[in-house]
Amino acid sequence: MLEVVGITQIFGGVTALEDVSFSIRKGDITGVIGPNGAGKTTLFNIITGIYTQTSGKVLFEEKDVSGLPPERLARLSMVRTFQNIELFGGMTVHENVMVGMHTKSSSSLFSCALKMPWSIFEERRIREASMKWLEFTGITELADVTAANLPFGKGRLLEIARALAVEPRIILMDEPAAGLNSQETLALGQLIKRIRDLGITVLLVEHDMELVMDICDRIVVLNLGRKLAEGTPREIQDNPDVISAYLGDDD
Amino acid sequence: MKRELIKFICFSLFVMLMPSFFKGGYLMNVLVFVGINTMLAIALNLLLGYAGQISLGHAGFFGLGAYLSGIMTVTYGWNPWQAMPVAAIAVGCLAYLIGFPILKLKGHYLAMATLGIGIIIYIVFNETYDLTGGPSGLSGIPNLELGGIVFDTDVKNYYLIWTFTLAVVLFSINLANSRVGRALRAVHDSEVAARVVGVNARLLKVQVFALSAVLSSLAGSLYAHTMTFISPASFGFNFSVELLTMVVIGGLGSVYGSFLGAALLTLLPEFLRSANDYDIIIYGGLLVIMVMFMPGGLVRGIPDLFKKVFKTKGGADHA
Repeated sequence: MLEVVGITQIFGGVTALEDVSFSIRKGDITGVIGPNGAGKTTLFNIITGIYTQTSGKVLFEEKDVSGLPPERLARLSMVRTFQNIELFGGMTVHENVMVGMHTKSSSSLFSCALKMPWSIFEERRIREASMKWLEFTGITELADVTAANLPFGKGRLLEIARALAVEPRIILMDEPAAGLNSQETLALGQLIKRIRDLGITVLLVEHDMELVMDICDRIVVLNLGRKLAEGTPREIQDNPDVISAYLGDDD
Repeated sequence: MKRELIKFICFSLFVMLMPSFFKGGYLMNVLVFVGINTMLAIALNLLLGYAGQISLGHAGFFGLGAYLSGIMTVTYGWNPWQAMPVAAIAVGCLAYLIGFPILKLKGHYLAMATLGIGIIIYIVFNETYDLTGGPSGLSGIPNLELGGIVFDTDVKNYYLIWTFTLAVVLFSINLANSRVGRALRAVHDSEVAARVVGVNARLLKVQVFALSAVLSSLAGSLYAHTMTFISPASFGFNFSVELLTMVVIGGLGSVYGSFLGAALLTLLPEFLRSANDYDIIIYGGLLVIMVMFMPGGLVRGIPDLFKKVFKTKGGADHA
């Protein structure tokens, strides 16, 4: 479903990623792990069109999507969340999710401003359908709160709700558990599994090993910009290269 | 949504009943300007308050509307009702073309670019004597006429201008509360997040820039046809800054705030006239105080002030 082929990224003289290739299967939860500076976030930014890679290709559903801007990827049903949570702070929680339905609605600037019947109808549909995602993530009671006033954990849920409103076939999450307490992390794990059960493929970068080992079907390990290993959580845990990368060599 | 409608109806009634308090006179003329400035402030607010993109050249688009309307009616004998939309479409197309390259810029750089455009337009008004009459201006612009009524007095013009202004108010409120308005605010708050959920931020910014220019041009045409005389001095850099001040003082991202800002900045100099030479100092001082104590603009500051006064009173009663 998503294939990364020989991605290399050079910033100035620094090689952040070197010839990284892997593919993820439809319906899986795949985790990308690795020590700090391994290039995980860079990889994410390349896949989601924030950066353009030095060389290599990204294939999404057999289509070459390398270099496409994020708004095009959203229309192709690929969406992401951010490590530091990017919310629309001045808008309510409900409105945030309504923006997520941008690609699933089409009223033009003028038909909106002139309140054409079809735009009124569409507005009602957006309003109702977006509530569904607030329920799914369990933040319905916060619908009218201004997003900037949300506690961090709820903000994370809102960002996921907004991403789901795009009705993606794949969702990429950059460290979704960062900044969450253990209880919130546990709930997040359940939420990610429920997202997979909707038929949405999940790719996540994560530092919380417990979470990764618990929910991921497959894991890709990066170290110093290269792919170190790939496999099921079991295989990764037993992989000597991975262990030495994380814990350091004996000598 | 219902609340928005009630607010709009109250506002319309307020506007339409206004003239009965004044019975003509000089103030009516000033209130006509309040209408035009409200339109302009809303146009700029769509760009600055909603989409978060600055423009220091909006007086230029205002002037283009006025001059295109003036030239088409005076030199080429068009009907003003034809000239207005043609001018608006022409200015919209121009803004659309300019918008693509310059809206790539952000913050200070965008401010500089739009400033440059405003100045270029101003220079064109001054230098193309044959078309615009140069610094001495263009006179003899016909008044608008509808069903035998010529809009040639302040009271008639008041109703004419405010009908358009109210239409712009309603238009903008509808837009702000729609998918497009939300996308604009989203781009303002986090452009990258807006793009990730599928908002084409670049195109949207250009569209709202063009829309803002079209509304400014419309205000310009109405200005030309009510004043019947225009000169470049009204469309310089100073006026662009004044518009920006109206938007900020009134309240960013609020349509009614733009009305408050426009009303204050248009009326204040008239009231301060009695202070003779000190008017500029008082005017400037008041603006500084307002920005300091009402950073959210009048539209948020005034209700807060009422709340504060009310609360201290309540506290005193208890004690």
